[in-house]
Amino acid sequence: MSVLVVVECDGGEVKKSSLEVASYGSQVAQMLGTTATAVAVGEATEANLAQLGEQGITKVLHDAEPRLKDFVNGAYTKLIAAAAQKEDAKIIVLANSNIGASVGSRLSIRLQASIATNVVELPKIDGGSFTVKRGAFSGKAFADVKLDGDRKIIAVKKNSIEALHEAGKTAQVEAFSAQLSDADFADAPKQVVMQDQAGGILLPEADLVVSGGRGMKGPENWNLIEELAKALGAATACSKPVSDVDWRPHHEHVGQTGITVSPNLYIACGISGAIQHLAGVNSSKVIVVINKDPEAPFFKAADYGIVGDVFDVLPKLTQAVKELN
Amino acid sequence: MKFLVCISNVPDTTTKIAFTPDNKEFNKAGVQFVINPWDEYALTRAIELKEAQGGGTVTVLNVGEADTEPNIRKALAIGADDAIRVNAHPKDAFFVAQQIASIAKDGGYDVILMGKESIDYNGFQVHGMVGELLGIPTVAPAMKLDLSGNTATLEREIEGGKEIVEVNTPFVASCQQPMCEPRIPNMRGIMTARTKPLKVVEATADAARTEVAAFALPPQKQGVKLIPAESAGDLIRLLRNEAKVI
Repeated sequence: MSVLVVVECDGGEVKKSSLEVASYGSQVAQMLGTTATAVAVGEATEANLAQLGEQGITKVLHDAEPRLKDFVNGAYTKLIAAAAQKEDAKIIVLANSNIGASVGSRLSIRLQASIATNVVELPKIDGGSFTVKRGAFSGKAFADVKLDGDRKIIAVKKNSIEALHEAGKTAQVEAFSAQLSDADFADAPKQVVMQDQAGGILLPEADLVVSGGRGMKGPENWNLIEELAKALGAATACSKPVSDVDWRPHHEHVGQTGITVSPNLYIACGISGAIQHLAGVNSSKVIVVINKDPEAPFFKAADYGIVGDVFDVLPKLTQAVKELN
Repeated sequence: MKFLVCISNVPDTTTKIAFTPDNKEFNKAGVQFVINPWDEYALTRAIELKEAQGGGTVTVLNVGEADTEPNIRKALAIGADDAIRVNAHPKDAFFVAQQIASIAKDGGYDVILMGKESIDYNGFQVHGMVGELLGIPTVAPAMKLDLSGNTATLEREIEGGKEIVEVNTPFVASCQQPMCEPRIPNMRGIMTARTKPLKVVEATADAARTEVAAFALPPQKQGVKLIPAESAGDLIRLLRNEAKVI
């Protein structure tokens, strides 16, 4: 009996959200008096996988099949299920990412497991009862969910768990083959297209986000957002009306029907704060709102605010960041 | 081609969230319910594809009690041909997925579409469960869907990009922006929706695997700290020294 952690890798590196997932899994293992094993998906290097020891992982299973570099739902599901069987894993922990949630839901049927996604805290384990806290109602509420049965799958929301860093500890990396066949790759992508990201920072993984709304008045003014984001090392984002009129691409749209983010810092520039936008950002640790309308509803959800013109304020903020750096 | 579109009945996006006194259920009192916004993408795209092919059917499926019928009728008014309501409280994602799979098994549907998640439970689970229960591929979340014969080409969002995936029917896809511009019903649609078939079936006896012990609202914010615009740079120092986020 063990805890199995699914670690997503990209370009050889373990994703930040997977360091959090590994930390979550190893703490659950400790609560249950067992160990946590990871199974790696994506392109991974042995050295980076061994470093998962810092997050409390004792062993990493790695299938070096090259077609696993890109996400393939069928193959990933089979691989993780095989790893879960091998380790007799009763708890499987994944990231609440597009990969984690897609695979997790299929796995829950294949392994006859209960599942909770969007989980924000370590579980409460009391005798036979196993309860996790998850976000609900688009971030406007939380639900304590009891997971039934022998096997449980938990998808952890990004930035909800602090990643552990026990320097010097390493995990043993073990070659693993799930005996994948061509049929398992029936839904393999024909093409993978990566988007241009400001400063190379992926919005769903970002710790810091600078976001613009209609108050930016046009795409030609986005350099002000990008300059502040670059100075901070932040990702850029936008509100729905902005992506609807094609000022910015869809993959930057944050909100109820866009991407949900939970960074440490969300800076909203010229965004009034419609309830649908708030639903996508209200689990951010700190929210800053810059808007010339003092009545903008976003100020009610903000920790810090500046009532002022974004065209005056943003250059001052960029300058202040540069001075601080 | 036969399309099955699964829709949820959810509180309107602007609803103030409140719970029953025991915190076990969402308090529906005075709340307007709508078709889950993500599901509207699935519904509209299915209708567009059917129209483009000049034939086929779009069936709407909802797992819910009788109070969901106004939104099922709305889906019919938007352009679906017929509807099925599984008469049950949707206990959890597993329960709902079993109902959908049970209907789909008998219906011979080529394409099963739904939204990527519902805006109330935010599970992002049902499509994968349905695909696995039926033993067919799932593409989630899909931003684009085209059909050519029995082959579908989809754009699937991944962190930082997209995958272009080809699958053969039957398959399940969960939908999100920018798949299409969701339609609203017109007067003719509203009139014809009244006469379109809506079949009510009882749920299979399958159980749920999860149970909500309690809902809770997030803690109230402490209130905004305002910084004068003329000394905007002070904000950056506060973010470093006070909030410790940069």
